[in-house]
Amino acid sequence: MKKEDRLEQRHPIEDLLRMDRIPHIWCPGCGIGTVVTSFAEALRKSEVDLDKIAVISGIGCTGRVAGYVKLDSIHTTHGRAVPVATGLKLANPELKVVVFSGDGDIAGIGGNHFIHAARRNMDIMIICVNNFNYAMTGGQVAATTPRDANASTAPYGNFEYPFSLPYLAEASGATYVARWTALHLRRVTKSMQEALGKRGFSFIEVITPCVTLYARRNRLGDGLNLLKYYYEKSEIQHGADTRTLDISYQGKLIVGKFVDIEKPTFLDCMNEHLGKVLGDKYQPYGVNND
Amino acid sequence: MKTDPKGVLTGSHYLDGDYALAEGALAAGCRFFAGYPITPSTETAERFSERIPSVGGVFIQMEDELASISALIGAVWGGQKVMTVTSGPGFSLMMENIGLACMLETPLVIANVQRGGPSTGLPTLTGQQDMMQVKWGSHGDYKIIAFSPDSPQECFDLTIEAFNLSETYRVPTFVMTDECVGHMHEKVVIPPAEEIELVERKWYTGPKDKYLPFKPDKDMIPFMVKIGEGYHFHITGLTHDEQGYPVINAECQDVLVRHLNDKITMNADKIIRTEEEKIDNAEVIVISYGITSRVTTKAVRKAREAGIKVGTIRLITVWPFPEKRIKELAKKVKAFVVPEINYGQMVLEVERCAAGQAPAVHVPHCGGWVHDPDDIFKAIKEAAK
Amino acid sequence: MVHFGDLKPKKGKIHIEKDRCKGCAFCVEYCPKDVLELSEEFNVKGYHPPIVKNEDDCLYCQLCETICPEFAIFVTLKKEEEEGEKGENRP
Repeated sequence: MKKEDRLEQRHPIEDLLRMDRIPHIWCPGCGIGTVVTSFAEALRKSEVDLDKIAVISGIGCTGRVAGYVKLDSIHTTHGRAVPVATGLKLANPELKVVVFSGDGDIAGIGGNHFIHAARRNMDIMIICVNNFNYAMTGGQVAATTPRDANASTAPYGNFEYPFSLPYLAEASGATYVARWTALHLRRVTKSMQEALGKRGFSFIEVITPCVTLYARRNRLGDGLNLLKYYYEKSEIQHGADTRTLDISYQGKLIVGKFVDIEKPTFLDCMNEHLGKVLGDKYQPYGVNND
Repeated sequence: MKTDPKGVLTGSHYLDGDYALAEGALAAGCRFFAGYPITPSTETAERFSERIPSVGGVFIQMEDELASISALIGAVWGGQKVMTVTSGPGFSLMMENIGLACMLETPLVIANVQRGGPSTGLPTLTGQQDMMQVKWGSHGDYKIIAFSPDSPQECFDLTIEAFNLSETYRVPTFVMTDECVGHMHEKVVIPPAEEIELVERKWYTGPKDKYLPFKPDKDMIPFMVKIGEGYHFHITGLTHDEQGYPVINAECQDVLVRHLNDKITMNADKIIRTEEEKIDNAEVIVISYGITSRVTTKAVRKAREAGIKVGTIRLITVWPFPEKRIKELAKKVKAFVVPEINYGQMVLEVERCAAGQAPAVHVPHCGGWVHDPDDIFKAIKEAAK
Repeated sequence: MVHFGDLKPKKGKIHIEKDRCKGCAFCVEYCPKDVLELSEEFNVKGYHPPIVKNEDDCLYCQLCETICPEFAIFVTLKKEEEEGEKGENRP
């Protein structure tokens, strides 16, 4: 950038980004950058200690987030962000551990880890960016691709039923479940703030535009067209029954906060139960830090 | 550095190998175990789950082996010493993230209580069939350290050694035992805590903004930190530079791959441990490891009674392999005899290092039981001709 | 007691990192006061970055800042001296 063009002031998010790696690799019109901005805003607003937060990502477009945020971060193998986060949280219960990864990584290959971490009510926060396909590798069909949508490995249209991620999360035992689109900027930030301050397994699905792959293969236009679709078809229904949240191809998107309950976490249960059974012989773990 | 006495069950015990692995881990300061049940290793997990509540730490049975090894990696970067135990099929599942652990230069210990394979094979019977897999199992070029205990006492001792070496070299270290040693009950003497020496993790103490997670120190090993101390560092399984940032080109790959391998190869002399007996003037040298080395003692005794000059080398560390020693001895002996409970694994290394100067006679046993000492004796007799 | 006469809408100053922009036009589309438009010029990557059509209409809502996926636009609060007469321009 020419010296004359450099601004006197810096973008407020630059403190939270590894500016030596910007510009990022995401496509024009991709919503992941927007979700990262919402996340940065949520971190600022919730006044979380930036030294005590870790971002774990898997493989994929959203998986690159770990490399762009200036926090302790690990870019793990495909699908294994959730168990790495589990291990990290258990090793140091003081940390706030956030898994920031895509739908293919978390609910496809990582599906098993996702449901078990939710079952155990691990005290971690999952931000699942859902662009309805495996974008990084060229737009293959994913567990979240709506029926009839095109993908590179479903060139005649997808005939499989997709997951409803909030339903899956709630059924597995998550204590905070919300879904928004990337366009619901402030509500995404608010949900992230709530989840950052909450103990237990939090799951936030953010539906984002994928212009180069999902939109192109389905002739849906560009980022603006996809955002228009979110604007027209999304409907906020807080507390809706997660069984009714299926997304059909270009169909209605029900968004909102669906679950927000309190339940003892894995470490709470471990300490309580073993303390009861073993009495004085038990060495409590991580209790000072909760 | 000294170990925390809470984890040390000082005294004389009658334990099986699996239990001794768990006790070794606790004595080495391991306070995090994430595993999945698999015969014949489950007893280690059970013992750990029983003991850890009173020692203080976490035992978590994960949903599969992939989750186990992933959780271990997360826990190491959270500052803990970690271990898991598995057998053949689980070991195969862990391979991808063993590669990640090598790439991230993460110290951790994995015990493999080997059984008959391939695939589901013989879950309850012995084998030594993962010896090549432990070195080559994951994709890409990397080096690891692997031990082979021959008794429950060694299961205890070598687990502590494994923790020490993994911290010294920032590399995953393996304890390759087998179902026989794992389920064998023998006397295990656990010393008082003051007598156990541990190697501390190589912690970084410099300025926070200058920390480079993969910059090798003078001894080729980078410094380590834990998450949550304000370093704001990034590590990735992609090919990376010293700062941990992904750099996708051939130059960076060259530097990285050489580093991951050379840090072990160049320090091999400090790592390799073998037990040699009657090597001078030997006509035939028997190379064995684990349970097979115990069976070999009977065969060797018979051979010596028959007048054959037999020397033995017991591999305590299987990887790195004692290449230099074998190369040197190949010039002096008639043959090497390599009995192992597989269809030919470590014998290939012996053959390679002997470079044609002495044949490597293989005494295979496909698994399920230990060798008949007579088979080994016959092979020694043949080799001595 | 609050005098509505003393309350003023905030005013924002828009900063654009031209060369980071990838021309997605989210900011242009979703600005509630239609303050931005895509320029005719090209930035270093070949995209048309936005320019400010009418800065006086900017309300410091920061929607452009939040929606931009490239971290290429942000808004700072204009101080009172920059705004002009107190209370005169209230809608």
